[in-house]
Amino acid sequence: MADFVQHLHPVLQALIRAVLLVVPSLLLLIVIIWWERRLLGWMQDRIGPNRVGNITFSRTSRLVPKFLHGKKFRLFGLMQPMADFGKLLFKEDITPSAIDRFIYFTAPAVALFPAFAIGGTIPWGPYQYLTPVGDVNIGVLYILAVSSLGVYGIVLAGYSANNKFSLMGGLRSSAQLISYELAMGMSLACIVLATGSLKPTSIVAAEHGPLWGFNFAPFTWIENWNVLTPTGLVAGLVFLICMVAETNRAPFDLPEAENELVAGYHTEYSSMKFAVFFMGEYASMFAYGLILSTLFLGGWHLVPIRFAYLAKADSGFGDIWNVLDTLNGSSVLAPVWFVAKGLGVITLYIWIRGTLPRLRYDQLMSLGWKSLLPLAVFNLIVVAIWIMATKLSSPLMGWVAVAASGVILYALYRTVNKLNSKNRVDLTSRTVFMVDEPPQGREVELVEPAPSVS
Amino acid sequence: MNQSIGGVAITPELLLFGAVAGAATLCAIGVVAFNNAIRSALCLVVNFFLLAFLYFTLNAEMLGITQVVVYTGAIMVLFLFVIMLLNLGGLSLLVERRDPKKYLGILLGCGMFVLLGSQLLPQLVSVNAKTLDPEMAKFGGPEAIGRTLFTTYVYPFEAVSILLLIGIVGSIMLAKRRI
Repeated sequence: MADFVQHLHPVLQALIRAVLLVVPSLLLLIVIIWWERRLLGWMQDRIGPNRVGNITFSRTSRLVPKFLHGKKFRLFGLMQPMADFGKLLFKEDITPSAIDRFIYFTAPAVALFPAFAIGGTIPWGPYQYLTPVGDVNIGVLYILAVSSLGVYGIVLAGYSANNKFSLMGGLRSSAQLISYELAMGMSLACIVLATGSLKPTSIVAAEHGPLWGFNFAPFTWIENWNVLTPTGLVAGLVFLICMVAETNRAPFDLPEAENELVAGYHTEYSSMKFAVFFMGEYASMFAYGLILSTLFLGGWHLVPIRFAYLAKADSGFGDIWNVLDTLNGSSVLAPVWFVAKGLGVITLYIWIRGTLPRLRYDQLMSLGWKSLLPLAVFNLIVVAIWIMATKLSSPLMGWVAVAASGVILYALYRTVNKLNSKNRVDLTSRTVFMVDEPPQGREVELVEPAPSVS
Repeated sequence: MNQSIGGVAITPELLLFGAVAGAATLCAIGVVAFNNAIRSALCLVVNFFLLAFLYFTLNAEMLGITQVVVYTGAIMVLFLFVIMLLNLGGLSLLVERRDPKKYLGILLGCGMFVLLGSQLLPQLVSVNAKTLDPEMAKFGGPEAIGRTLFTTYVYPFEAVSILLLIGIVGSIMLAKRRI
């Protein structure tokens, strides 16, 4: 498909690839915002946003034409994003006077840039000349680099507005992003180590191969999606948590905690400048969803079954397997499944937002530094041991090594934790009784009045 | 395009390189020219970012991306963090208006630039890398760097990482006596 692209000028090719990445994600933003309003409406029992604009015509009124009597038109809450957008577009654009003007006006643009640039190395289908924008040898590092740039928009917005709440939001955001970047890098290192390549295209190709550690008789038909391997599952969970923290979404939305910081870093922004921050947040959510799908959820395949292999192995039903292979993503359907996976991750984002309360600042830091980072590093060690054991003897030995190293590392972790917890002040069990319970089993003592002094 | 200056053919790559290099130089001047600490730090950020692009144009992708991850993404964020925390705004009151040292410094800087340029530029112009060797194309890639670091230079590499670890532990010990 679209092989004519390879005969064009290289600059034109690059332009086509960039447009094919950016324009669909811009268009999908509206879908994502609508989906978030609707889903959150359901989850929080707020029946407004998921049915705005439904029209039910009167059954008796003479002003309504006969054929419309009692008819009901449902718009599925589609009016909500339209109304949101209209409001943002026509709202008064207030610029505070005591600001750093240059930084104040560039900050939204700086915030938007990494959201669209981060997908630059992600392939969305098996089309060599259309995707990814740059199939470079350092694709995974590129993702880390661009995601670390995301903090600048927020920090600059927080600083330039000359408002203490904004500044606090910016500072929180920079601390949070730096903390979670490390665990994210470590979880990606596991995948890179397991695959042996930094290219997202070869990571996806490896994910469409046979499953790791199960490369023998009855299991050869399973695809090696990274979530299906035990180490990949741990890395995927760490990546998921870090991803939510990097996009400043609930429960990690401390930079814009409404009850503490008004609106955080974008307190002083209004109208379209606020909308640009909003767009950047949703675009980066979607981009991270695509990255998660690429690196852990098997790229553009719908189910983790190797139909192409089955077609070769089982010649009797060869045609059926070939048809299923086409449906599974080696055709025009590939981008459809890929976008569907990205939207699935967005749904997960919304679900997390609707479920979990916001973390306290010390909880945020201890989760990042004391839980996720050691877990990701342990995971990296286990992956390395697994690779060595498999190479030196057999896949079975690999499994034994993984189990053994997992147990040893867990015991080590518990020991260190025990040694460390001796002089720690326990903050977790604080009980507050809101109601004074009546004293039970105790008679009210009657005190004799003191003898009067005569 | 068959034009050439001093034996170097003008290609789109060269023009791109020149544009990025010029912008990076302007940012580098901005770092020392601005009075506002935030502006200086931001100029440094942009300068680091453009340096990464210079590395990309020279086919050193690994080096460029490391530049972005380490300097632009981590170190400069901490710089900004500290500057904002201390609230270092413009220090216009402290600027000395007539300081002969400033003009003398500019003069000496230009002199040094001319001296270095006169020695370096003729050498650089005579370098003419027309074709990229396929072996050279791998140079500086992640595979080559990883192989070198973990085979030939594994002991220095480990020594440096232990040194960094000691640095971290030491700074924590200095800053927080009671942990």
